[in-house]
Amino acid sequence: MARAVVTVPPRARRGEIVEIKTLAQHPMETGFRRTQTGELIPRDIIRTFRCSYNGTEVFRAELHPAIAANPLIAFTTVATESGTLSFEWAGDNGYTVTEIAAIKVE
Amino acid sequence: MRTTRRQFLLLTACAAVPATATAQLDSNLAANRKAAFQAALKKIIGDSPVRKERVKLVLPPLIDNGNSVPLTVSVESPMTEADHVKAIHVLTEKNPLPDVVSVTLGPRAGRATLTTRVRLADTQTVTAIAQTSDGAFWSDTAEVVVTLSACLEEGLI
Repeated sequence: MARAVVTVPPRARRGEIVEIKTLAQHPMETGFRRTQTGELIPRDIIRTFRCSYNGTEVFRAELHPAIAANPLIAFTTVATESGTLSFEWAGDNGYTVTEIAAIKVE
Repeated sequence: MRTTRRQFLLLTACAAVPATATAQLDSNLAANRKAAFQAALKKIIGDSPVRKERVKLVLPPLIDNGNSVPLTVSVESPMTEADHVKAIHVLTEKNPLPDVVSVTLGPRAGRATLTTRVRLADTQTVTAIAQTSDGAFWSDTAEVVVTLSACLEEGLI
């Protein structure tokens, strides 16, 4: 079962820069490895990651096989208003995971 | 049985062939990867000049295991509507594919920073390129020594 963890501070002052850490459970199979019998293991990676703040996209990343398994992505955003941050991972073999975190801005 | 001169020559010739073959393969591989890196770089920056300023790429200088290497890119920028970082790209020279990660951000990010964990196939130079809103490119490189490559675990499954 695909899982993801996000760390967002639950409350922040208006205009404060908050750090967001995300971790998705995924093997990030590169497509370059072989089994003991010499068969190529097909590529299976997360291709894109997006973060939206109240529906507006604030951060997007395109991932390649050189990202380690269980990709960690940490970035910052400005706390503008109370609301929700939604995170979306999409990848090979129809992999999609969404996660939502609430933030309260005072 | 004594080895005749003819047999000896034949034997040495046979032994030499695989050695040269691997040597050629290695140089081809290195050349291919270098070409792939140049192509990936060109795809990002086109013909624009790149200045080695403002970007800071932080990687540990010595890594035991190339499978998971912490990487941080930070770019000096006021991150305002008029002057902000649009994109950050990370490239490697000797991985099977040069691209590592491409990030799109804007003034809503507050700070132009990115932290992730990457795979490194070999001791190599990692390059980070940032594009600011005025279209200029900035970069930084980091030399990394990898003792155990990310690609050596193949065949263990």
